[in-house]
Amino acid sequence: MSHEMTDPETLAANAREKLESIRSREAPLTTRDRRAIERQEMPSQAPEVRRSNMCEVALGLTPEQAQIEAMRCIQCKNQPCVEGCPVRIDIPGFIKQIAEGNFQGAIDIIKQNSLLPAVCGRVCPQEEQCQAVCTVGKMAKDVDKAVSIGRLERFAADWEREQGTFEVPEVKPATGKKVAVIGSGPASITVAADVRREGHQVTVFEAFHRPGGVMIYGIPEFRLPKSIVDLEIQTLTKMGVEIKTDFVVGRTRKLTDLMKKDGYDAVFVGTGAGLPKFMNVEGENLVGVFSANEYLTRSNLMKAYEKELADTPIYPSRKVAVLGGGNVAMDSARTALRLGAQEVHIIYRRTMNEMPARVEEVHHAQEEGVVFDLLQNPVRILGDDHGCVKAIEVQRFELGEPDASGRRSPVPIPGSEFMMEVDTVIVAIGNESNPLIRQTTDGLTVNKRGNIIVDDNCKTSIDGVYAGGDIVLGAATVILAMGEGRRAAAAINEMLASKA
Amino acid sequence: MPLILEKKQLSADVFRLRVQAPLIAEERKAGQFIILQVNDGFGERIPLTIADADPAEGSITLIFQRVGKTTRLLSELNEGDNIAHLVGPLGKPTHVEKVGHVVVVGGGIGVAPSYPIAQAMKQAGNKLTVIMGARNKDLIIMEDEMRAIADDLIICTDDGSVGRKALVTEPLKELCESAEKPDLVIAIGPPIMMKFCAKTTEPYAVHTLVSLNTIMVDGTGMCGGCRVNVGGEVRFVCVDGPEFDGHKVDFDNMMSRLKSYKEQEHSKSCKLDAAIKAKEAEMAQ
Repeated sequence: MSHEMTDPETLAANAREKLESIRSREAPLTTRDRRAIERQEMPSQAPEVRRSNMCEVALGLTPEQAQIEAMRCIQCKNQPCVEGCPVRIDIPGFIKQIAEGNFQGAIDIIKQNSLLPAVCGRVCPQEEQCQAVCTVGKMAKDVDKAVSIGRLERFAADWEREQGTFEVPEVKPATGKKVAVIGSGPASITVAADVRREGHQVTVFEAFHRPGGVMIYGIPEFRLPKSIVDLEIQTLTKMGVEIKTDFVVGRTRKLTDLMKKDGYDAVFVGTGAGLPKFMNVEGENLVGVFSANEYLTRSNLMKAYEKELADTPIYPSRKVAVLGGGNVAMDSARTALRLGAQEVHIIYRRTMNEMPARVEEVHHAQEEGVVFDLLQNPVRILGDDHGCVKAIEVQRFELGEPDASGRRSPVPIPGSEFMMEVDTVIVAIGNESNPLIRQTTDGLTVNKRGNIIVDDNCKTSIDGVYAGGDIVLGAATVILAMGEGRRAAAAINEMLASKA
Repeated sequence: MPLILEKKQLSADVFRLRVQAPLIAEERKAGQFIILQVNDGFGERIPLTIADADPAEGSITLIFQRVGKTTRLLSELNEGDNIAHLVGPLGKPTHVEKVGHVVVVGGGIGVAPSYPIAQAMKQAGNKLTVIMGARNKDLIIMEDEMRAIADDLIICTDDGSVGRKALVTEPLKELCESAEKPDLVIAIGPPIMMKFCAKTTEPYAVHTLVSLNTIMVDGTGMCGGCRVNVGGEVRFVCVDGPEFDGHKVDFDNMMSRLKSYKEQEHSKSCKLDAAIKAKEAEMAQ
């Protein structure tokens, strides 16, 4: 796609014209009319500009664009999109409001189910959830032609923020019960809000100096501006949730002591996945090899991209190899470009089709000049005399016979190894569960991967202790974490009510 | 924000701070560390070991050497000032038990973290020998504290200005060869010192623990920046350590990793130097 298609001014002008013509019609829109409306492109920063700044890439639909996009929804009866949403937002309902120009009405509907619409509108994999099952997309036999539900959600959330009309959710009278929430990522934020609404006292414990979890340390500014996350956190504090940063539950205080010594009636564990996996190849401890977690945390949380201001250094890279094919790999590659790397390669064992990253992220990375080395896998990393990375040895793969699942799995091609000179390697192949809580909490049952085992109500093996998000699911998404949080909060509220 | 209750300069570049941190004071055990950040906005997170704690007062003692920008900024703070962020206690506590004769080797600033470990080992009923090393007399810290708990205290300096003119490995080797061969050696100090302490004890098969102080961001296992090679396996200093079997640690790799950001750190420190000098010149006028 050329940038002309996403140039904000052109898109805005086209949308104004289109909306005028729709409004000047006498007859209401038929389903056929709605299906004929073209999907509104997302206005974006030009690739050559954005690859050297940290500002957000996607600029958001204009009000006219949003209205036109909303008119594409045919308001079908069976509403598959709602089923496709992990938190069951009334999607046709809020889209109808946008189509009618009632943006406040739209955000009010969204907020009945989602606490973080500005975040989810940006980072949810809608093409695998609500948009995957959208009737409009199904009729066109193309998921890319589905109604852009995520972009509309983002539009409504951004509109509200810009209006400054933001209302703090109502909190019921104090119950005298206390709930501790460990971690401050998406699962924890959802639990904190839902539990606080019932009038319980809530304290959020965050290990870092700044709350927000993966939304602050992991997802880069150019994909999710930190000011948006901060605002969501502010909503919590305005509701009366107490946030304690610099507090590592398990170390500063044992989990069970929160209940025994500090009088908390329930605890929610939402500590995330946070323990980076490595490839276990030779040379992985050389200087210049980083986990994506470290690389992104230095840049995002510690603001190392502000090279003159930040005290936290980030490795000066010229040529970078990123290992992995998920969203975190894309974030790492695009961050490296923005920090001044001249060449960035994504090395991935399978093909584009199997890549777990969102299509949009892959596309953005390609536009910015990230090179995709597919069907390749690192064999070892080589260092110079100072123990610094100087090259990576890579082996080529091909797709073999379909396996039991019907997927063609990659098989190495013998003798196809070759060297690529690089000075930096970023390992983005996922996370294991962080051991801190399980090592310091007697009686907490975990599976063999170290994820906390919970029942249908998100309750753990310890009474009063609940868990959700990546610490239960393994590495997943913001919205799945929120969905879990919602379920855990309901169970906690029920448990506390029965204890009256 | 944790309040600085007391500040004392121990030598040209070494400072001691007593800081209000009631929960850490209550929970911390020998061998653990904290991470602090001097400034909120653009500050850096650095790990520092806990030299002592007073749970009754709710305070911990930090001893640090002015080496880079952050420790320099920390050294400019005074009693009554606050440290923006302080989190801990982090890392696994030292496994303390009665094994017989324990030799604690502290080099330079490494004496500070070795003090609570020595104390705990003594309390557990061990015979305690402490070897302290420094470049010269002025750089010896916590001598009185160590003398009060050690059955034997051996001081070594590079220039012989106090104690023996020797490296700490000399008395360590003698002890290994003596009738009172150590049952456990704990060496804490510069990486090169720990490497050679481990090399010294290895032929005598004396179990030797070292406490590593690597580059860290979060200190809870999330970033992996602190990873070291121990017996061919990747281990994280922050959650698996900071103490490891010194005979198994790949010190050369660890030392090269410690230099990852040498150039940037140097340039930050130089800029701060220039800024301080400019300010001093301004005030002198």
